Parts: sequence; structure tokens; C-alpha cells
Amino acid sequence: MKINSIIGEWIAPSAKVLDLGCGDGELLAWLKSQKKIEARGVELDRESVQKAVARGVTVYQSDIEESLEGYPDKAFDYVILSQTLQEVRHPLTVLSQMMRTGRWAIVAFPNFGHWRVRLSHLVSGRAPRTTLFPYQWYESPNIHFLTVVDFEEMIAQQKWHIEKRRFVSRDQAVGFMPNLLAEVAVYLLTAP
Amino acid sequence: MITETQIVRFPSLRLDGGDTLHDVQAAYESYGRLNSGKSNAILILHAFSGDAHAAGIDHEGKAGWWDSMIGPGKAFDTDQYFVLCSNILGGCKGTTGPSSINPETGRPYGMSFPVITVGDIVRLQQMVASHLGIKKLLAVTGGSMGGMQALQWAVAYPEMVEACIPIATTARHSAQQIAFNETGRQAIIADPNFAGGDYYGKQPPARGLAIARMVGHITYMSDESMREKFGRRLRNREDLSFGFDVDFEVESYLRYRGSQFVGRFDANSYLYITKAMDYFDLGAGYPSLAAALERAASKFLVISFTSDWLYPSYQSLEIVSALRRRNHDVTYCELSSNYGHDAFLVDVGEQTEVVKGFLARCQREVVRV
Repeated sequence: MKINSIIGEWIAPSAKVLDLGCGDGELLAWLKSQKKIEARGVELDRESVQKAVARGVTVYQSDIEESLEGYPDKAFDYVILSQTLQEVRHPLTVLSQMMRTGRWAIVAFPNFGHWRVRLSHLVSGRAPRTTLFPYQWYESPNIHFLTVVDFEEMIAQQKWHIEKRRFVSRDQAVGFMPNLLAEVAVYLLTAP
Repeated sequence: MITETQIVRFPSLRLDGGDTLHDVQAAYESYGRLNSGKSNAILILHAFSGDAHAAGIDHEGKAGWWDSMIGPGKAFDTDQYFVLCSNILGGCKGTTGPSSINPETGRPYGMSFPVITVGDIVRLQQMVASHLGIKKLLAVTGGSMGGMQALQWAVAYPEMVEACIPIATTARHSAQQIAFNETGRQAIIADPNFAGGDYYGKQPPARGLAIARMVGHITYMSDESMREKFGRRLRNREDLSFGFDVDFEVESYLRYRGSQFVGRFDANSYLYITKAMDYFDLGAGYPSLAAALERAASKFLVISFTSDWLYPSYQSLEIVSALRRRNHDVTYCELSSNYGHDAFLVDVGEQTEVVKGFLARCQREVVRV
């Protein structure tokens, strides 16, 4: 179960989709061909932007946090933040802006509560390094470490609504104990 | 490919300032073939001192000013697209301007030429496109002042523009940009040969025009590109002259560029065109820039360059933000280059990739509809 195919399942045909941190536009290009969506991307890395444009995706070169302010309310059906929540400086601000600009927000993030992460930390006594978090502490783009429990607690506090959730480990669906067993969590959220 | 400049004449042109010009002509060149549906036309809009000769080689063996971008297999691929470029109104390369003969007096207009705007320039271009039977342009594009025209096109003729590619440009001239233009104008006006603009058939204000161009060239480069190109290298000498002859390479270069410009450009055109740039403010008359761009119906690709301090990226971002406020389809790239404002002319590798991808998508989406 790939993250992108979960996202693809959730997105309705012909929807307006904004992908934050869209990289070289792979997901958007795929959604365009599969679902005929109206695609927009935001990406900071120059080379990735160029690749995305070259494959015909509408991309705006910018920092994610700055990029969202300009859009009108509910400008999109879906705003996607895939595997980037842990990298943004102000996650709550970004999520609030996603809720404002999109009818739905789709968020996927690596789960820091996974047993391998816990074990790595416990056994080595060092900042955890796993296949999901392969970086040295001084090279890591990740500046926030959150778990499934942390995330859902925040969603509840904000009074947002979880419409769907999926948990994945090694491309397999995880059915129980997600905070321990999920490597990646994917959410479909709405604001009431 | 040897290119030929064509001339088309129109009985009159209404101007934003209230005047009407009579017996107006426009010079243009075209490359590639217009398809049967006339749906593959791209209009190239030249910068301040450009002309209709955008690509290919002319009879004097001179390459077009954007030959790096236009031609078979290039960004504006003439195997696929019909590429059109016309000299702007107020220019001196075949289109009516202050050096043209005023039909009422039989003498060159000089300073009696009415002050023109980017809106006027675009209005004449629209007449040229219509004359060629083109109802919708696949793209309008240009750098610098060409980008201003592209934006103006998108707002003035939204139904005629499928895609708009403004490069290294702004939606309104800033104080700094006006200041540089004014310095150039004052250099020309201060030249005794200027004679109130009535110098045709006599000595032109060559010194003033050359100095204006020298200032211009400084603004087109970056600190880094000047350091790389000239550094503090001396010109044909071992030691400083302790005089005011040319010591440094950079002085020699600027003097050469200045004097060369005099041979190919009219001082009055310099005044009129820079004024049109300074007057340019796309949002004027609207509550906001976003409101002005509300009319636009095209897809946008906005490009800026990291080292361009004459038209800095923040000005492109203003355009992009305004477009996003109305949820227009806008792609924005800040390309990396050391060449300053000149980058859109000389550092075209990344620009080519981005433009190609964007145009291919626009073309696909036109075909689908």
C-alpha cells in the first residue's frame, strides 16, 4: 500500500488539488493523468521546480509556510502535505492554513512512535536512526518528531475532524496498534 | 535561416494619452509556419532596445536578439510553433516612432511625437496579430519591458492569450527603475546636439545617448558578472595612466557599448520608450494588482533570476501573489544565474527547459479542448 495510491484513492476526479512540497511533481502528474485533477504545487527546491514545470505541472517556487497566505479561502478541494509536516517550522500554522484553503486536508507523516524508532533510541542511547529516519541528527531535515497519538491529540484539540485514516508499514496496511506498528500515517481531515 | 522584416500599415492608432496617430506602420518578422487552425502562434515581445529581428540571420549576417531561444528544437521551437515578433511603437527599427515622418508636416516627428504607453504598444501589436488572422495566441512572452507587454496583453486582450510568460519583469516600474531611466533621459537632453529633439539630418546627441546606454549596461549586469568579466584588469596598458583616458577594461567596454549603440538607436526613441516603461503600472485604475489581473484568462509562467537587481525577484513575486489571490494557473520559477538582468538573453539553459515544458502542456491542453 503506497502512500500515493492511498491519496489517489481519496481524491475525487476533476478536483482542485494543491500539493505542498510537491518535489518534482510526480504525485500531481500522476493524479492529473489518473483523476484529471486541476493540479497546483508548491516547492522550494529550484531543481525540483524545474523538473515539475518540465513535466507540465503548475508549480510555485516558494517556502510552504509563505505560500499558503496568498490563496483565497477554500480555493482547493484538497490540500496535500505528504511527508513534510515534520520539516515545517510551524506545523500548526501550516495545518490551519491548509484547513482554510482546502475543503479537505490530506496529511501523511512518518510516525516517530514506531517500535523500531523506540527500540533504536532505547538500545543505542542515541538519536534514533532507522530506515524511516536515516539521517544523522545534524543532517536531518526533520525538526519536529511526532507520533500518531500526538497528531490525533492535536487534531482533537483543534476540533478538526478525521474523516479517514490509514496506517502503513513497509507498504503493508497496518490494522491495529498504529502508534507502535505504523511507519507512516495518512489522514483525510476537515474543519467543521 | 535568413529572415526578412515585413511591414504592415494601418490608417490610424488610438493612444492612451488621447491622441490618434495616422498612417502607422509596424515592422515584424515571423519564423515557423502558422498551422491551419492558426492555433500555434507565439508572440515575442522585445525589450527596450530590441527590434523585430528576434531570430535567425538577417541580410547583414546579424543573429536575432533571442536566437538562443527561438529556432528548430529551441525553447520556442519553430518546427512546432509560428513565432512572431514586431518592433514596438515608438521604436526606430521599422515601426512608427519619433524618427518617422509625420504625414501632416512631411518632417520627422521628433518631440512632437505623442507620449505613448505600454498599452499603446500592445494595441498596435494586437492589430498586427489580427492582420495575420490570428484570433488566439498560444503564448505571449518577453523579458524586461517585453514582460510588461506580455502582462498588458493578458489583461487587455484576455480572450486572445492562451498563455503568458513574463520574464525578469515587473507589474509596475519602481522608483529605482524610473531613476535609472531618468538619468539616461537627462544625459540625452543635456547633450547640446539634442536641440529639443530636432536633430534629424544634423549631428545626433551621440554623447548623451552613449552615456545613457553606459548606465543601462551597468544595470543589465551583476556585480559578480562584472567582476568575472572585467575585474580590475587594465585595458592595453601595464600601469595606471594617472589621467582620464581609459584605464580599466570595464571603462573600455562601456564606452564601446555606448558608442556602438549610437549607430543603431534613435535618442528620441530612447526618451519615449523609457517613458512608456516608467508609466507602466498594470494595477493603475484598479483597486489592486490582483483586481487588474482578474480579467486575465491565461495560464502564466513567471520567471525571475537570482542575480537580477534591476528587476528583482520580489517584483515577479508581486505578480505571482496577485495571480494566486485570484487562483489563476500560475507557475513561478526563480532561476539561478550570475548574469544579472541580462540572464534572460544570455543564460538560457534552464529557461529553455522550463519554457519548453510549460508550452508543451499549454499546447496539449489546447488540443484537448
